Amino acid sequence: MALLSFERKYRVRGGTLIGGDLFDFWVGPFYVGFFGVVTAIFASLGTALIFYAASQGPTWNPWLISIEPPDLKYGLGLAPLAQGGFWQIITVCALVSFSSWALREVEICRKLGMGYHVPAAFSMAIFAYFTLVVIRPVLLGGWHFGFPYGIFSHLDWVSNTGYQYLHFHYNPAHMLAVSFFFTTALALALHGALVLSAVNPPAGGEVKSPEYEDTFFRDLIGYSVGTLGIHRVGLLLAMNAGFWSAVCIVISGPLWTKGWPEWWTWWLNLPIWS
Amino acid sequence: MKRTIAIAALASAALTLSGCELGPKQSVQNGHRGTGMDTVTLKKVAMAKDDVPAPPYESPSTEGPRAREVYQNVQVLGDVSEEQFTYTMAAITAWVAPEKGCNYCHNPENMASDEIYTKVAARKMLQMTRNINQNWTKHVATTGVTCWTCHRGNAIPANYWALPEPGTNGIIGNRHGQNQPLPASAYSSLPNASLALYLTGDPKTDKSIRVVSDGMHPTTANKLSVKETEPQYALMNHISTSLGVNCTFCHNAQAFKPWNISTPKRATAWYGLRMVRDINGQYISTLKDVFPAHRKGPMGDPFKVSCATCHQGKSKPMGGYKMAKDYPALWGSPTATPAAVPAAPAAAPAAPAEPAAPVAGAVTTATH
Repeated sequence: MALLSFERKYRVRGGTLIGGDLFDFWVGPFYVGFFGVVTAIFASLGTALIFYAASQGPTWNPWLISIEPPDLKYGLGLAPLAQGGFWQIITVCALVSFSSWALREVEICRKLGMGYHVPAAFSMAIFAYFTLVVIRPVLLGGWHFGFPYGIFSHLDWVSNTGYQYLHFHYNPAHMLAVSFFFTTALALALHGALVLSAVNPPAGGEVKSPEYEDTFFRDLIGYSVGTLGIHRVGLLLAMNAGFWSAVCIVISGPLWTKGWPEWWTWWLNLPIWS
Repeated sequence: MKRTIAIAALASAALTLSGCELGPKQSVQNGHRGTGMDTVTLKKVAMAKDDVPAPPYESPSTEGPRAREVYQNVQVLGDVSEEQFTYTMAAITAWVAPEKGCNYCHNPENMASDEIYTKVAARKMLQMTRNINQNWTKHVATTGVTCWTCHRGNAIPANYWALPEPGTNGIIGNRHGQNQPLPASAYSSLPNASLALYLTGDPKTDKSIRVVSDGMHPTTANKLSVKETEPQYALMNHISTSLGVNCTFCHNAQAFKPWNISTPKRATAWYGLRMVRDINGQYISTLKDVFPAHRKGPMGDPFKVSCATCHQGKSKPMGGYKMAKDYPALWGSPTATPAAVPAAPAAAPAAPAEPAAPVAGAVTTATH
C-alpha cells in the first residue's frame, strides 16, 4: 500500500539478494531486508564504539572529540584499542554499514523495477571514503594515513595533509574535484530556481509545464537538457566530484611526494619547447 | 575506430603515469597520530654529490708552532698548528677548487699575497665558517659546517641567489615578479624573489617573516594584507624544497603561529633563518667590492646563501654526517688574529623570546 493517495504501491514482495522472504518486511514506511539488519547492527556497533572511545579521551566537547588512527609504527597491523584500535574497528563498522545500505538500495531498486542509479551514486561516496581509509593507507603501508574521526580534527588532518604537498590547489585531480563540486552546487541552484519559478506563477497565472521551460531555454541559449536530462547531468556532476576527490587524495603520496606545483614541470619540460 | 580509441587510451595512460613517481616510498611521522603531519618521500632520491670526501690525510698534531709564526699574513687560521694549517689548506683546495688547486687563491710566487681576490673572499669565508661553528650551534648543533657543506667541489656553490632587477612599468608582458615557475618559489605562481625580501641580512630592508594579523579588521595600525603572505609562503616553500620536507616538518597546519603545537624542528629553522641573515649581511654583502662583476648578480651584489646552499635537498646536509669534526681549524674563534681583519663578525645571536620549548611530537619512522 502507499501512504499517499497518488503514490504508487511500493511495498512489492521479492527482489531480495540474500535471505529470501525472511527479512522481506517493512517497519512503518521503512523496508528492512537482510542488509537493513546488517546496517542496523554495524551502524549501532560503530556508533557505540565512537562513544566508548570518546569516553576514554580527554574531552566530551562534541567539536573536539577525536578518534585517531594508529601511529605509523603499527604499519598495516592491528593497534591496541586506545592506540588506534578503536579507529580500526570503527572503520570496519562504517564500511560494512555503508556497503549494506547501498545493497539495501539495490534490493529496493529491484522491487520497484528501477535502474541502479541511486545505489551507484551512493557507491561513489563509499568509494571515496574507502580510498581515504583503506586504499591510500594500504599503498602507503600504514593505517596511520587514515583520517581521524572528529569534527575539528578531521579538518586539521585535511589541512596538514594538503600542506604535505606545499600547495594542494595545484593537484590536477583536486582541481577537477573542486570544479565538479562547485558545478554540482551551481546546477542544483539553477535547477531549483527553475522549478520554483515554474511552479509559482504570479497571482492568476498558470503553472508552467516542462514544454514551457524547454521552449524558454531553446529560445535563450539554443538548448534545453530537459526534465529527465537535468537529473542525469546532476548525477554525472556529483559522481565525478566524488570520483576525482578519491583520485586527488590517492595520488598524493602513493604517486607523488613533492609539492604539487612542481608536478606541473612535466608541462614545462615537454620536448616541444624545453 | 576501436583501434584509434585503444591507442589514445594507451597513450594518455602512459602520459599520465609518466607524471607520477612510481618508485617505493618511505614515510616519517612528524606529529601526533591523526594530525596528518607526515613526510612521504621516495626511497631512492638521486642526490647531487652527497658523498663526503675523506680528509686529505690523517689529521696531524695540534701541537707545535702556530701557523702565524711560520707563515706571513695568516689572519684567521693563525692560531692553529702549522701542520694543521697545511692540512686544512689541502682540504679546502679539494673542497672548493679541486681542478685549479692552490693557485685558485694563491700567487705561487708569494703565497702570502692578497692580490688574487679569491684569497680575500676565502679569508672571509673562513671567518664565517668559524662564526657558524662557534655561535650558531642552535642551528648547526655539534655537527658544524665546512667549506664542503656548501661548495661540494665547486668554486661557486650550486645554490645561490642575488637581488632581483627592479620590475618594469606597464602591463603588457609584465609578470610583476611572479607567475614564473622557479625553484625559489617551489614552481608555484608565488613571488619569485622572496629571498631578497627577508634574507639579505640588512636589518633596514629585511621584512619580518611572520605575517599574522593581530586584529580582525584592517586599521591604520594593522595594515597586514593577504598579499603580504604571498612572498612569505614562497619563502616557506623554498625552505621545504631545500630540505626535502613539507610544511608539517615544522608546523601543525591547524595554526602555523603557536610554538606549542609546532615540532621542535621549527626552532632549529628559526635560528637557521637568522643564521642565513647573519651570513649574507656580515660575510657576503661586505665582499661587494672584492668580487669581480661576473661573480655578482644583476644589481651588483655578491651571490648570497639560502637554505638550499647547505641543505641541498636534505633536512640535515649530507644526511647529518659530522664532517667538520675532522677539521679542528674550523672551530676556532672567528677573530683569532686581530691583524687587519676588515669587519668584526657578528656577535652571538641574542636569545630569542619566541621559540620556547616546542612540544616534542611522537616521531617515528617506517619504510615500506
